[in-house]
Amino acid sequence: MVSFKALLWRDLRLAFRQGGDGALAVIFFVLAALLFPFGLGPEPEALARDAVGIVWVMALLASLLALDRLFQGDWEDGSLDLVALSPLPLELAVLAKALAHWLVSGLPLLVAAPLVASMLQFDPAGLPRLVLALGLGTPTLSLLGAVGAALTLGARRAGVLVSLLVLPLEIPVLIFGVAAADPATMGDGSTQIMVLGALLALALPLCPWAAAAALRQALE
Amino acid sequence: MHRFANPARFMRLSQVVLPWLAVVTVALLAIGLVLALVVAPPDYQQGESVRIMFVHVPAAWMAMCAYTSLAAASAAALVWRHPLAEIAAEETAPLGAVFTGLCLVSGALWGQPMWGTWWAWDARMTSVLVLFFLYLGYMALLNAFDDPTRGRRAAAILALVGFVNVPIIKFSVDWWNTLHQPASVLRLGGPTIDPSILAPLLVMGLAFTLLFATLLIVRMRAALIERKIRALEATDGRMFG
Amino acid sequence: MGLSTWLAMGGYAVFVWPAYGVAAAALGLLAIGSVRRYRMAQRRLARIPGARRGEDS
Repeated sequence: MVSFKALLWRDLRLAFRQGGDGALAVIFFVLAALLFPFGLGPEPEALARDAVGIVWVMALLASLLALDRLFQGDWEDGSLDLVALSPLPLELAVLAKALAHWLVSGLPLLVAAPLVASMLQFDPAGLPRLVLALGLGTPTLSLLGAVGAALTLGARRAGVLVSLLVLPLEIPVLIFGVAAADPATMGDGSTQIMVLGALLALALPLCPWAAAAALRQALE
Repeated sequence: MHRFANPARFMRLSQVVLPWLAVVTVALLAIGLVLALVVAPPDYQQGESVRIMFVHVPAAWMAMCAYTSLAAASAAALVWRHPLAEIAAEETAPLGAVFTGLCLVSGALWGQPMWGTWWAWDARMTSVLVLFFLYLGYMALLNAFDDPTRGRRAAAILALVGFVNVPIIKFSVDWWNTLHQPASVLRLGGPTIDPSILAPLLVMGLAFTLLFATLLIVRMRAALIERKIRALEATDGRMFG
Repeated sequence: MGLSTWLAMGGYAVFVWPAYGVAAAALGLLAIGSVRRYRMAQRRLARIPGARRGEDS
């Protein structure tokens, strides 16, 4: 019985059983961000100034980690065909998988990011805004990632190709996400937060629709 | 539209049109270059560096027009599945990528004397960079599958998804008042530039457009011939070459 | 306006001429490559015995 909830629970259970992708993404996020003090030098002012940017770039890269396997496993063992044939609209199935991806690799970032940012000498007063910006931005990253994963299903070098396709599309999220949380931005960042919300509102209907179209092509 | 959908008809028509198109393109390029490099007066503020605009702006126009054609052809290919639209899309992408790259490079060369920086992450420049990567992604996706049909369909979807970027490029200079200057030609109130600058700009714009059309037709003809060769080889069993 | 004055482009020569140079090179290579591919395809087709040229696809 393929329903939105069933699909979501199944993906979450698989993710936790394999232990792998989500935890891997968060560990990568923390480790990679902590490389920066070694690379940039330990001066607190320099790190604090760059902290928001570092956190966001790492969030983008972390969200890419599990993408090429978003649909791959189901496609290979035939369950994707079953989902496509079921009464559940393929767009909703995509939404379920994107949501699972976000719950496993995006949501934990919201917990890890304040810790990482503090370690990078980021001013704690700016943390709520950072978490809010990430909370609005990371779902969009998962949605855009779903489109990329659907387009490259079965392609050669799918992992690299997904990055090439998805990262340019994610640049606006990065720009507004950093501006929203950066203490150097003029104003309180609320405009940028609203833009992030608008991007998410746009991505929620459009990305599942595009990804479903791509999946149908792959399943033909 | 369907009258021109027939590949054989396209080959016949393009054979007639192509020589004329090529001649007019070369003539317009020559005239445009003379206007741009010699006739146009130096700018009051920017001096002779304003001449870079006559490459940069037409390249930008072509970058966006090419992507619009790419998206339109992709839509036609996905909806009606006829081969001419597919081929048009495939052959448009490299042309668009070159114009976009040219726009970025000439923009950097113009930006350095004008604003003292080779690059800035303002809305328009960032979205043109995204456009460049969309072209590259399109071409990569096209060739990423063992089954070429899969590649074409996936690339077509990408072309359509990426089309949201085009209005962003166009209107970003109006929405966000950052580094890049606002629109001065394609505006509702009409152009705000002096005619002595407008003329070379329009001539170069037209020349680039015709160059695009000429090269697109040449490439589409080549692609159709290559398809015919492959079809003949498939039925015959031999390889010719 | 003498030739050397024109070439100097009011001091901006190092920006203007590379811009036009890159344009000429990029578009020129694109054109040459496209025409060569077309000519090669035509030659290959001509060598296939019995193929009808020009009209069909």
